[in-house]
Formats: sequence, structure tokens, C-alpha cells
Amino acid sequence: MSAVPESFLFGKLTLDAVPWHEPIIMTAVAGMVLAAVTVLGLVTYFRLWKTLWNEWLTTVDHKRIGVMYIILAMVMLLRGFADALMMRTQQALASTGGPGYLPPQHFDQIFTAHGVIMIFFMAMPFVVGLMNIVMPLQIGARDVAFPYLNSVSFWLTVAGAVLVNISLAVGEFAHTGWLAYPPLSELHYSSGVGVDYYIWALQISGLGTLLSGVNLITTILTMRAPGMTMMRMPIFTWTTLCANMLIVAAFPILTVTLAMLGLDRYLGMHFFTNSDGGNAMMYVNLIWAWGHPEVYILILPAFGIYSEVISTFSSKRLFGYTSMVYATVCITVLSFVVWLHHFFTMGSGANVNAFFGITTMVISIPTGVKIFNWLFTMYRGRVRLEVPVLWTLGFIVTFVIGGMTGVLMAVPPADFVLHNSLFLIAHFHNAIIGGVVFGCMAGLNYWFPKAFGFKLDPRLGKVSFWCWLVGFYIAFMPLYALGLMGMTRRLDHVNNPVWHVYLVVAMVGAVLIFCGIIAQIAQIVVSIINRDQLRDVTGDPWDGRTLEWATSSPPPFYNFARIPHVESVDAFWEMKRAGRASAPLPSYQRIHMPRNTGTGVILGGLSVVLGFALVWHIWWLAALGFTAMVALAIIHSFDEDRDYYVPPSEVARIEGSYFEQLTAENQNERPSLAA
Amino acid sequence: MNVHPSPLEAQFAFDAVGAESHDVAHHASSTAPLGFWIYLMSDCILFASIFAGFAVLRGNFAGGPTGLDLFNLPYVAVETACLLVSSLTYGLAMIAMERNDRRQVFAWMGVTFFLGLCFLGMEIHEFSELVARGAGPDRSAFLSAFFTLVATHGLHVTAGLIWMGTMFVHLWRRGLSAGNRTGLICLSLFWHFLDIIWIGVFSIVYLMGVG
Repeated sequence: MSAVPESFLFGKLTLDAVPWHEPIIMTAVAGMVLAAVTVLGLVTYFRLWKTLWNEWLTTVDHKRIGVMYIILAMVMLLRGFADALMMRTQQALASTGGPGYLPPQHFDQIFTAHGVIMIFFMAMPFVVGLMNIVMPLQIGARDVAFPYLNSVSFWLTVAGAVLVNISLAVGEFAHTGWLAYPPLSELHYSSGVGVDYYIWALQISGLGTLLSGVNLITTILTMRAPGMTMMRMPIFTWTTLCANMLIVAAFPILTVTLAMLGLDRYLGMHFFTNSDGGNAMMYVNLIWAWGHPEVYILILPAFGIYSEVISTFSSKRLFGYTSMVYATVCITVLSFVVWLHHFFTMGSGANVNAFFGITTMVISIPTGVKIFNWLFTMYRGRVRLEVPVLWTLGFIVTFVIGGMTGVLMAVPPADFVLHNSLFLIAHFHNAIIGGVVFGCMAGLNYWFPKAFGFKLDPRLGKVSFWCWLVGFYIAFMPLYALGLMGMTRRLDHVNNPVWHVYLVVAMVGAVLIFCGIIAQIAQIVVSIINRDQLRDVTGDPWDGRTLEWATSSPPPFYNFARIPHVESVDAFWEMKRAGRASAPLPSYQRIHMPRNTGTGVILGGLSVVLGFALVWHIWWLAALGFTAMVALAIIHSFDEDRDYYVPPSEVARIEGSYFEQLTAENQNERPSLAA
Repeated sequence: MNVHPSPLEAQFAFDAVGAESHDVAHHASSTAPLGFWIYLMSDCILFASIFAGFAVLRGNFAGGPTGLDLFNLPYVAVETACLLVSSLTYGLAMIAMERNDRRQVFAWMGVTFFLGLCFLGMEIHEFSELVARGAGPDRSAFLSAFFTLVATHGLHVTAGLIWMGTMFVHLWRRGLSAGNRTGLICLSLFWHFLDIIWIGVFSIVYLMGVG
């Protein structure tokens, strides 16, 4: 897009901003609009608006916020995966001389959107969602430290995702790759609104992530059940703590980096420009000083999930709990001293490269410790091969391969050959799919019954797992080979019949992964339909070990009628062994709970307005949106009616119905459960 | 092992005293300052990143003016004094809060607000002069980094002043309630934090800039 004269009312926005002449984009937009209209129509038809508003949009319940994070992640997974399929198809079609079906400027937006969506709006919300649902339950808390802030964080994340999706229909997305390196992302080379959408989507959602990090750290530090010392915390809580410390320490760097890029673009500054003293490599350093910790923000909670799954389904205490904690903390610290390995080719000299090469190899040591801990946990355990365990086993094998190719590239001379090649693409997909995505799927299957009170259908879960696993290898092993042959990343067409074969195989793999995603969705739908057969009334379907299983499923909104007392790691397991679990109390006390508030969702909506106005230079609207946000936050501070007490009679009623079901269940079946 | 014992066998794995104290922990008054500390640490990293950017670009004048050409140290010293004294007066407001002296809290907060406003006014004046002399943020990478660092601090001060204004209304409506005390403590952390950042700005940007 060339420079458009700006009007006061609409800024740079004109009707031409909608890509009417791009049939692929317009079809996608039509699909999205249709899906949105269908959902809104159904909500209206079934008169669910009031329920939706009261029970979900305004909720401050960490479990519901967590569920909404995961719904966001799954929707964005579909969007991001559509991009992946288009890229794979384009490269398969455009590797024998033809141009394929995607023009270069569209292809460039697709690979940018794919990366941004998958990291920021799929992996992050998924992981944060699981942390939200599970962590407070694991530490025996009734909510997070700042429930209202939690709602704000979530809606800011949604706002970012909405902006990315708006960019598809109005204007364009960045052509720059997912980290928007300057000088390409500077105004001089990217004069359209794509990079601006990128900047504001990430600034708004990044603020949400940061606030969520503050919230969850405070929760873990101050709200653990009595007796739960730091070294009695479940491993998932530990990894949540470390991941959130990384969020608090790393996300401000992203904010600053993107702000500097924005200042270059909006106010003509020279942080990263080619002229007037700018330094583009500073951007690359800064963004990776955030970006490498970000990798661990995603993978550490996944490690926590695997630890819980392996321990539960092996019916054994986790092997090497203490070493697992130390390994997690080591990774947390080391993740800040490896960033330069993303650009050894910058030319910072042999000594600097050697330093970062060595730190990169060092960080694989605590990761190796974890792998051995998981293996030894399974050793001599009675491993039940449920779906979460399949994902974990798939992870262990796949992630080790990804880790080894990473160590390979940590050698600077090797990296000079492999930098920006498809070998790198294969490596980080190997680590992120094999690590983070498999972890999310394991966590979904493991904790779904906790969140909803019924299990996920295991048959479709297995179909999904095998499609993902086999599809992953078929899709990415050819990319390793192509990388070694010299194919670089982000090529919209290559004329090379030798590579063509590999690209076709990779495309087949991507289609297989797509089948896995379809099976995953089918699994959820089928499970909802068959929820009565899959029902779990005990609250403890897997014979769990940690406190989240000590309450009913789904847990009452206050989580625990009485806060449990913790005496060891695997607190719930010990309670069960001592026969102290799941008993009604003689009397109940009132429970202090936060009230719902609509401020979070309204702030999220206003931030979409603000972001959109800034992208299109509609200054009056931006000022209005920003002022409204500040005013709303201030008005909210005057709301003194923020909490209330649940009367003991209400608690007794809720607990009573749970224990009634439990007793009925115990009488009906399985006297054999007693081992 | 029986997972679900009958109520008769039940012993309670619950600690009534612990549960009560835990309920109290849910109140914002004990968790909010800790949460705010954690937020401040993230803000500290935000400033650290901008300082790092400034350190990289501080010599990139692109043929334009240097710190020696631009900075008026006595002026900045007065500006600095305003902010440092405002930290002191905020401290006096906190002491008044401990004594439950609402009028004194109002008075010292008022002085703090005024000093903050002076600081901000002087900064805006300095910026407008620089821009008028052709030394705006688009002149060179050095000036981009300078304006961004100082203005980020200035925006924080602005946010602090808006917060202080809101606190006045809160104090006027509800006096020194538990919630308002928490608010005053968090704002106090924020205000002193901005002071510390400014000492960094004054030393690294201004003093080293003319040295």
C-alpha cells in the first residue's frame, strides 16, 4: 500500500483497505464472519446472552477464565494451522517451476501471522489457561491473588487476538516474519499498516500477559494452603512460578522493543533505522532477550504437566522431586544468558559466540536431568497408558530429538551453515510441537475431567495423538533434510525438483496433523454428547496425587469448603492413604469470595478500539479509547462492593449434594477399588 | 486402599485455624503490596531495557547536537530537586498516615502533588525548547533514546499524579480506611521508585552526557 492521504475522521482508513480482490482472503473473512454470526445467532436463539454475561464474560473465577483462555487458544490454533497448511501447499506446488497459488506479499503475511498466532495466541493462552485452572487448586487456594486483574489480563489477551483477526479483513498483516526485524519493519520498507497491527496486537496482549504473571506469582507466594512449604509444592506449581517469573522479567523487554519500533514508525525516531545513527542489531538483541526466555515460559509449564502426568499414571512419587525443582530454577536463570545463539551470524566475534554456544549447551543439562527423572519415575511403576501418558511418551522421544538438533546448532560454526535454513525451522517446531503442544494436549486430557466433571473420550484422544505424532515426523523430518541441502526459510517459491519431493512429503505430514486437530475437536464434541457415560462424580478420576483432585469436579466456585492442610509432597495421595480424604465436615464456615465485574471485558473491548485507532491513525478515536480506559479503571477503583461472604448454609448445600453423589456412586459399583 | 472412606472413619485433614488465617490472606491489604512490588520489578526491567538502548545509542549523534550542546545542568538540577523533595514529602505523608492524621496526609500529599507537577512542567518546557531548537527526537538516534528514556519516566510521573489525584478523592470519601492505606502504600512505592529511576537518568543521561 502506498501512502494514503489521512482524513481527520477515518485516518488512513478507506474502503480500499478491505482486500476485495483477493479471493482467498475474502473467503477466509467470509468464513470467519459466518462463524461469528452463527455463534452470536445461536446465543441469541437459545437466549444465552444473560448467562454468557453473568457466568462467563464478567467472571473472576480462575477456573472459568482458564477455560476461556483455552477456548481462545483452540480457535486461534485453527487460524494458525490454516496458515500452516497454506504454506505447505504453496511450497509443494511452487517447487517445480510454477508460481503456486499465493502471491508473495500474501505468502509473507501468512508466515508472519502463523508464527505470531501460534506463539502469542495459541501456545501462550493454552499454557496460561492451564495454569489458571490448575495452579490455585493445586495450592489449595480459593482464587488467585487479584481476581479482577485476572479478568483484565484475559480480556487484553483476547483484544490482541481480535486485532490480528481484524487485520485479515481490514488492511493487512505484517510481511516481516514473526519477530518483525528492522530495517524491514521500518516505515521506509513496510509502509502499510501490517507492522502497526503487529505492534499493537502484541503490546495489548503483552500487557495482559505481564499482569497475569504478577498475579500468579503473588498467588503462589501468598496463598498456599497451610503446611505447603515451597518444597512441598506440586511440580506444575513450581514450573508455573518459574514461568511467571520469566514473564515478569522478560515481557517488559518486549514492550520496550516494540515501543521503540513504534516510535520509529510513528514519530520518525531512529532507534533501528539505517540512517541517523539507528542500530538495527539492537532490535535483534532486545527482541531475543525477551524471545529466548519466552521459549521457556512456554516449555516449563509443559514440563510441569508431564511431571504430574507421569507421576500420577505410574502411581509413584515423582523420581527426584528436588532435582526437578532445581533443574527448573536453573533453566529459569540460564534462559536469560543464551539469547545470542539466535544470531551467531551477527558477527559479534568468536569469543562472544563461544560464550553463548557454551551457555546454550549448558542449559541442556538441567533439561536432561528432567528427562531422566521422568524415565526413572516410570521405571518399576505400573504405567497406565491413558491418553495423557501417550502424549508424554511421544514428548519424551520427540523432544530429545529436538533438543539434540538444538545442541548441534549451539556450535557456532555449524550454525553459520544452518542459520535461517529449514533445519532451524524443523528444530524449533520439533521442540515446540513435541514439547509445548504435546504438553498442552496432555494437560487438556488430564485436567479436562477436573474442569468439567467428565472425561474426554479416550478412543478419539488416541486417534488424535497418533495423527499428531506420525504427522509431526512426516511433516518435519523432510525439513531437516531440506535444511541440510541448503533450503532457506520463508521461500514463496523454489524451482528445484529434488526438493519438491520432500516438500510434498512435508505437506502430507501437515495434512495428517490436521486430521489430529479434527480428531481433537471431535473428541471434545463426542465427549460432551456422551458426558453421562464419561461422568466422574468422585472428583478424582485418575487416582491423583495433588490437591486439585481433593475437591469435586467441576470444583465449586470456592474450590475448597475447608482449606486442606498439607504435610508432604503429593498431599492428596497421603490423605487418601491415611483415609482422610473426601469426607463431609460436621459444620461449615462462611467463605469470602470476590464478586464478578464487567470492567475487564469492557476494558478489553476499549483496547481493541484503541489499537485499531492507532493502527489507522484515527487520533481522536485513540484519544477517546485511551481516556475511556483510564476513566473506567479509576471508576472501578471506587467500586467498594467487590466481595461477599458465601453463607455456611449455601456451602453445606453444595458440599452435601457432592457427598450424596459420592455415596451413591460408592454403593452402586466398584467395591473392588479398595486395593 | 479405600479412596472414599465412610464419614464414620473420617478424620479431618483440615485445619480450622489455618483456614481462617488463609481467608484473611485473601484480602487485598496483605497481598497487594507484594503484587505491586513484583509489578515494580517488571517496571524496573522496562527502564533497564530503555537504559540499555540509550547506552548503545548515546554516541550516535548523526552530525547533530550532543548532550554538551543541549543540556542545561542547573535547570535539570532544580528539576531533580523537585522530584527528590517530593519523595521526602510523600514520606512525611506516610508518617502522618501512621499517626492517623488525615489532615496532615492531605497536606503532605498536596505538597507532593505540587512538586510532581513542577517537575513535569519543567520537563515539558525542556522538551519544547529542544524541539524548537531543531533537536527533536527525530534528529538522531541519540536524541530518540534521550527523549524516549526521559519521557517514559515523565509518563510514569504523570500516571503517578493521576493516581494521586484519585487517591485524594478516595481519602476524602473514606478517610484512612484499610483499602486506602494499601493504596497509599503502593503509590508510595511507585513514587520512590520513580525517584530512583530519575537518579539513574540524571547521572547517566545528564551528568555523563555533558562530561
